[in-house]
Amino acid sequence: MKRLASISLLLVAAVLLAGCPKKPTVVEPPAAGSRIPGTSDAAGAAASTSTRPLGADAGINGKGIAEGGPLGRKIIYFDFDKSEIKPEFADVITAHAHYLTANAALKVKLEGNTDERGTREYNIGLGERRAQAVRRALMLQGVAESQITTVSFGAERPAVDGDNEAAWAQNRRVEMVYAP
Amino acid sequence: MNKKLTCFAVIATLVLCRQARAEFVVEITRGQAEAIPIAVVPFSTAADAAASFDVAQLVSDDLARSGRFKTMDRRDIFDEPHTGAAIAFDDWRRLNNDYIVVGQMSAEGPDHFNIVFELYNVLTRQRLLGYQIGTNRAGLRLASHQVADMVFEKIIGVRGAFATRIAYISVLGSLPNKSYRLVVADADGENPHVVMQSNEPLMSPAWSPDGLSLAYVSFEDRLPSVYVQTLKTGQRHRVSARAGVNQAPAWSPDGKKLALTLSTRDGNLDIYVLDLATSALTRITDDPAIDTEPQWSKDGQSLYFTSDRAGGPQIYRIGLGKDDRPRRLTFQGNYNARPRLSPDESQLAFVTQEDGAYRIATMDLHARGDIQVLTKGRFDVSPSYAPNGAVIIYATRDRGRGVLALVSADGRVQERLASSEGELQEPAWGPF
Repeated sequence: MKRLASISLLLVAAVLLAGCPKKPTVVEPPAAGSRIPGTSDAAGAAASTSTRPLGADAGINGKGIAEGGPLGRKIIYFDFDKSEIKPEFADVITAHAHYLTANAALKVKLEGNTDERGTREYNIGLGERRAQAVRRALMLQGVAESQITTVSFGAERPAVDGDNEAAWAQNRRVEMVYAP
Repeated sequence: MNKKLTCFAVIATLVLCRQARAEFVVEITRGQAEAIPIAVVPFSTAADAAASFDVAQLVSDDLARSGRFKTMDRRDIFDEPHTGAAIAFDDWRRLNNDYIVVGQMSAEGPDHFNIVFELYNVLTRQRLLGYQIGTNRAGLRLASHQVADMVFEKIIGVRGAFATRIAYISVLGSLPNKSYRLVVADADGENPHVVMQSNEPLMSPAWSPDGLSLAYVSFEDRLPSVYVQTLKTGQRHRVSARAGVNQAPAWSPDGKKLALTLSTRDGNLDIYVLDLATSALTRITDDPAIDTEPQWSKDGQSLYFTSDRAGGPQIYRIGLGKDDRPRRLTFQGNYNARPRLSPDESQLAFVTQEDGAYRIATMDLHARGDIQVLTKGRFDVSPSYAPNGAVIIYATRDRGRGVLALVSADGRVQERLASSEGELQEPAWGPF
């Protein structure tokens, strides 16, 4: 617990120093009963959990913190009409995979989203396909199937409004939402 | 996956029956050269409060909105006959009117009105229609739409669809505080009622064939579920809340089944048919691709749907027999999706991609003809046929805002329906 708390503090400090990412990022690992309904970053106070320390090769290490903390990044972005995970997100996936394998009681919900272009129901399919791509990547790194659920919002829950590529790029995403 | 279907009713708390401000302003963006000239003369009215209701204006607006008529401007109407005997045919003919509608509205009691109207051919002086419609105050709009329906059918030879309703989704507010409303309104956008409201997305409204219920997708639990809601009572049932995707409800023609898109645990979307009485589920498609957006044929024996099994999304048709295999229908272009069948089943309307834009297109099903692109927007989606097949309503973007628009099924007449609030999307035209 102590160690976890200090890691959290370090991460919070690192994020503050590094300048805030687009979304308010909660770096602290999620704890039981901490889900804030209606928010995608579900994390909370230092409740009592059975969290174990991470291994040396886990996402939380000096390098990760310097880069903004891959575990603190919970959104994977995609190219138009694509569901392949781009190489730049490999470390984010790895960090979360290690975190989940080290904390078998944790569950993560993968929320797939698309940009607004195309038909709404087909976009639900594309969003699901993206969520599944992240799910497979996590499972390949040892995360148990029972820890992961997926949901697709298609184009219905954009992160940013606007009909231009800058907005679309932010909307083509999978958000990882931790839940107790 | 074997989660038992829950079926329960949520009472009126979620169901608001309040008025929303969303009447449409019609703007004809592309007209038809051979529109038929007609004059709808202001009706004589009883000398009471109901006198404020203008039957003739509503009839005239309906006819103009169909794109098939060129209605005489109220300011140009020089004479106000209210019966056939009072029509000076030569004068109306000189002003190039082919047809004229005259009538009267009278109060028969505290809440009962009579609308009497006649339609004449100005050239032959022949009376084509003469009817009386009784109504209460609340029914005045509907009765007026019925007058327009009868005039339309008499002259065009196609049943009018003015006295019908549409459903659509209206999104209010901005991120991250959006709210989503399912709205039912008259076909002219008037009389809008919010039938469901949520802070999470609502989508894919679908009318039951009898027009009494809507099926739709709600994310109110931050997961998708399909609901069926009875409009009169507001009572609703959750008919599908399986693990994964629960989407794209489409009613069978007999109203007893819903085609749905569901997913397996590994996220493969396929089309299923749900029997609403027994909750029995039948899998229709079985392919690793995305199969979705089902739509029934009129005989209930097959489904049209979108699938990207060949790469990009294309439209397919599958019979519901055990050994039926899907057959691909669209081959032109790399994106054709969300089919809607015209009421006479001669045509499919769908979304096609052209020069990076999404537009409404049709394809003749009998002639296996080429795709005809009807619209010119960049974000034209969600086509839905009027029940008479003459017009398609769809969602588009106007100056960054989501609005609804109409295009005639032959593409010659286009109109935008500008609403006063919200982002409007996913219009669904109800049955007669």
